[in-house]
Amino acid sequence: MSAPTLRRIEPSAVGAVVFREVTLYRRFWRSTTFSSVVEPTIYLLAFGFGFGSLVAQVAGYDYIDFVGTGIVATAVLFSSAFPGMFATFVKRTFQKTYDAVLASPVDTEELVTAEALWIGLRSGIYGVVPLLVAIGFGLDATPGMLLVPFIGILTGFGFAAFGILVSAIVPTIDSFGYVISAVLTPLFLVAGTFFPIDGLPDWAGTLALLNPLYHCVELVRAAAFGLSLSDLGHVAALVVFAAAMWLLAVRRMRTRLVL
Amino acid sequence: MVTSPQLAPDDQPVVPRLALSLRGVVKAFGGLRAVDGLDLEVRAGSCLGLLGPNGAGKSTTMKLLTAQAIADEGEIEVLGLPIPGSSKQARAQMGVVPQQDNLDIELTVRQNLGVFARLYRVPRDERPAAVQRALELAQLTGRADTKVDALSGGMRRRLLIARALVHRPRLVLLDEPTVGLDPQVRQELWALIDALRNEGVTILMSTHYIEEAERLADDVAVMHSGRVIARGTPADLVAEHVGSRVLEVYGPPPRLREVEQIALAAGLPTRRTGPAVAVLRAQGVADDVADQLPEAIARPANLEDVFVLLTGEKVE
Repeated sequence: MSAPTLRRIEPSAVGAVVFREVTLYRRFWRSTTFSSVVEPTIYLLAFGFGFGSLVAQVAGYDYIDFVGTGIVATAVLFSSAFPGMFATFVKRTFQKTYDAVLASPVDTEELVTAEALWIGLRSGIYGVVPLLVAIGFGLDATPGMLLVPFIGILTGFGFAAFGILVSAIVPTIDSFGYVISAVLTPLFLVAGTFFPIDGLPDWAGTLALLNPLYHCVELVRAAAFGLSLSDLGHVAALVVFAAAMWLLAVRRMRTRLVL
Repeated sequence: MVTSPQLAPDDQPVVPRLALSLRGVVKAFGGLRAVDGLDLEVRAGSCLGLLGPNGAGKSTTMKLLTAQAIADEGEIEVLGLPIPGSSKQARAQMGVVPQQDNLDIELTVRQNLGVFARLYRVPRDERPAAVQRALELAQLTGRADTKVDALSGGMRRRLLIARALVHRPRLVLLDEPTVGLDPQVRQELWALIDALRNEGVTILMSTHYIEEAERLADDVAVMHSGRVIARGTPADLVAEHVGSRVLEVYGPPPRLREVEQIALAAGLPTRRTGPAVAVLRAQGVADDVADQLPEAIARPANLEDVFVLLTGEKVE
């Protein structure tokens, strides 16, 4: 075999790693899909019915419209950060899959890109499901909602890379508990999903601006109810988040995988 | 010790085309120098057995060759390419069989091979044939659609080797290929490795099974404490270090100590082999020495004698 010129990030290398994931996914799609879809749907129904009976309107929206769009971000978070952390940790430490991959002509940046890309794609699709459920409960479908999967993929890529980064930092699989309680739970509660962040104290509102999930929520609502130029700020925030997480995940994974 | 120069069979020195070359390589983990001034060259098309006790640095050496570990000092070339600089190009032409089985157990045999055909960039139209060929090599054609976790240990190991060959590599690294397997399975794998060798593939095989190196390797390098302490064909190493004949004496511990004294007086090296003492270089031993060892059993010297003599009797 002739030695082809090999670029830094080759689509064929990323594609090969994604192919492995897709092959495995064909075995596991039921359980993966179940947990990624059912949990946010339960949140949607619980808040929609429970809270919705107390408040008719929030921030100028019917509550079902408010929460039905906001919950997309929750679904994306759950289906990206969790596989990013757990599946990556298992593949690296228990199954030694990454040792086999790095012995082939694939480098760490290609491996991390492939893993984050596949998880991101998947979570972008999963994020649409609660939106469809909300439509079933009275949310009006709009053409702008066709943008929602793309917002989900961008957000999912960032949180998958975040999960991969965390998986390369924690010493044991039990340590994920700290990250879930101290980082992910506040992120998902203070993102403007279930209640608007303007009701929060000023400092908390300012912090929420640093929450990538808040930008995802705002962008999904804007896509559903009317975009404006200022929404580019949310896109920029998500792009910066995704790029930063990718970079940190690659660096950290490299120190773990290359001795 | 410096590695001996490569000689052709007719003793004409040749300029070898090297598949592998390591010069002065050092790799430390914290205070432990796992590889400590390693010099090693492997001729293209040959099979080198890397022998050494646990902790000698064999696995670290393997990792250095795929740039899964980066050397602190020294120079490494694989198939003429500098490592780690051109490691990706080198890895494209290399197959790696890890010590620890890392097959995807939830996937079928064929799917495992298909994934690696892609990782190794086998062109799309050649993939089915490449997978088929690997299935035949592993003798798993009939099991192609079986999930890996339903395979026996021997089948899994054959698949692990075939997976590393799916792209027809020029160089194969085998890290302890038969560790923990039944003797029958081991012999099957030897046949597989021997077939590779006959195709002209360069093989670097680490092992601590002496017999494996004796049977498969053209050349053996004995590693100890991160460097090569002896290098040559198995026959030459035996002749050089332990002679052609060994006298083995079984007996109670006091008798064994006596035997060691007798050998020491005669200037012969010895080694303990469990319940016995082996007196090395015992060919043409003087009659008076032989008379003092009436119960001795003579046997041909072997590579294990060399290994234990050079790397010490104590397991670290």
